[in-house]
Amino acid sequence: MRAPADIDISAGETILSIENVSLSFGGVRAIRDVSFDIKKGEVRAIIGPNGAGKTSMLNVINGFYHPQQGRITFKGQARAKMQPHDAARGGIARTFQNVALFKGMSALDNIMAGRTLKMKRGFLWQLLRVGPALNEEIAHRHRVEEIIDFLEIQAIRKVPVARLPYGLQKRVELGRALAMEPDLLLLDEPMAGMNLEEKEDMSRFIIDVNDHFGTTIALIEHDMGVVMDLSDRVVVLDHGVKIADGTPGEVKSNQNVIDAYLGVAH
Amino acid sequence: MLYRETGQFKTSYAADMAIFPIRQDRIALWGLLIFAFIGIPVMDAFQVWPLRGEYLIRAILIPFLILSLAAVGLNILTGYCGQLSLGSGAFMAIGAYGAYKFGTGVRIPLEIFTIDIPPLPVFWCILLGGVMSAFVGILFGIPSLRIKGLYLAVATLAAQFFFDWVFIRVKWFTNYTSSGSVVAPDLNFFGFFANKPIEKYLVCLVFVTVFALLAKNLVRGNIGRQWMAIRDMDIAAELIGIRPLYAKLSAFAISSFIVGVAGALWAFIYLGAWEPLAFNIDRSFQILFMVIIGGLGSILGSFLGAAFILVLPILLDQVPHALGVPVSVETVSLLVFVVTGALICWLLIVEPHGFARLWSTGKEKLRLWPYPY
Repeated sequence: MRAPADIDISAGETILSIENVSLSFGGVRAIRDVSFDIKKGEVRAIIGPNGAGKTSMLNVINGFYHPQQGRITFKGQARAKMQPHDAARGGIARTFQNVALFKGMSALDNIMAGRTLKMKRGFLWQLLRVGPALNEEIAHRHRVEEIIDFLEIQAIRKVPVARLPYGLQKRVELGRALAMEPDLLLLDEPMAGMNLEEKEDMSRFIIDVNDHFGTTIALIEHDMGVVMDLSDRVVVLDHGVKIADGTPGEVKSNQNVIDAYLGVAH
Repeated sequence: MLYRETGQFKTSYAADMAIFPIRQDRIALWGLLIFAFIGIPVMDAFQVWPLRGEYLIRAILIPFLILSLAAVGLNILTGYCGQLSLGSGAFMAIGAYGAYKFGTGVRIPLEIFTIDIPPLPVFWCILLGGVMSAFVGILFGIPSLRIKGLYLAVATLAAQFFFDWVFIRVKWFTNYTSSGSVVAPDLNFFGFFANKPIEKYLVCLVFVTVFALLAKNLVRGNIGRQWMAIRDMDIAAELIGIRPLYAKLSAFAISSFIVGVAGALWAFIYLGAWEPLAFNIDRSFQILFMVIIGGLGSILGSFLGAAFILVLPILLDQVPHALGVPVSVETVSLLVFVVTGALICWLLIVEPHGFARLWSTGKEKLRLWPYPY
């Protein structure tokens, strides 16, 4: 367990609250009446066995899915039906379980694309690419280069991402999300398919993002070691139902969680 | 050994983001531009060998430039934004007839008042033809918000057939000429009369250079990244805040604008007098092939593709004659089809991403030469 020295999470304000959310696809009920909250500045893990509804939950937060019931409040505002690009505008960034980079673009362009909402110059300026438009492009390039330095991917910045190994692709994807300077960062299995060293690197980046930039992080992960070390609080889903919520220590000793993961004798 | 980046250090992001960050590329480009703008007119004035007579300029260089421009336009839509279109011929036709109508004066009697626009100067006509094409492009781009890939191609095919029909049947567009064929107005560009082929060539060259530069600016800026993001992974693009509606329709608008301008140039400068058949579906396919063979998502590729599709058959046509082989004209034209087709197949097997990719791999190899990596 990681105890952040400077922020007292329990007293922190809530950045996102999920209240009684239910989501179903036809007869399949992916999420049933789940409520939890995410506090500003914390690392919140969402765990559960396969098919528990974790990714569906992220998709609901993201605006990809619209829950049939329930309320979502983000930064104090109750959200009506919203599109993913509205969520991005509101400050929610996301990485995917299976890398969703722009394959034909270089690592640099991928991360630059993450700045798209921050770039304000209109069409005509971009057409001419002089004066303010060029300055804007350069200013954003500066920010992107800071992210590239932070993630230690300087050497690959001009390589088309399709040519990069998987671990680096994951890192570029994290970079693209960071370029949005989000208030809430959703990470869908950031360590999936990585070896130990890559996991350690990625964990270090996640901790640094949380500490240095103060970004709130919601994280889905299957590696229990990682989850227990990184997160401040954990919510456990099973078959779309919330079965536990609390600090890593509490969750680890919760009988429901143990049953869900190991199965129970009938 | 000449093509080395060694020692060319960038000290600012502006230098790193230049169109041609490598010095040799810059020199080559300036050399090419100087040759195109000054060398060719001078050679033409002195009637130096390849330019003796008007054939090369009239039959190769002018169509090459105009179709390159059309390929640049389609490449923005298909190569950068990933929206397959088979309607380029229609958008060229809209540009051509739009420019023609503005060139001869538009008169639309409505119930309350009459829209009456006097004939405009040729330069503005060509641009307005592009604007008309952009509007129609947006209209036919709307289905792209719902459908993708081949299905979208069919929707744009509808545009092709619809406008083929419109320009044949709706006599208003052809000013009620009995034959349906129309003649371009005088080519007076602010006092510069483009009558001789070399003058027409220069007009095309100016248009193509300026538009290629502007297109290049767009595709390496924010809007270009939005298009490519939509092309590569539309879901992730939406997640970083890109609105698909805006990105796709802007690609349709800009692409159609450029294709429309190319159409107006094709009609006014290359053809002079034309009928709707000049912009039928063959033209759409021709431009699409240029884009695919040149390289999707590359401005340079559009030019290479246009050169391959357009110039190669003409060159092949000359080969038997130059070698002194006695074959009939029909056999030669058949052989040209066969050889061109075979070359296209060969190219797509060797490098499915087209000439642009071939060029960039070649550049990478050359940079490291003589070491393999």
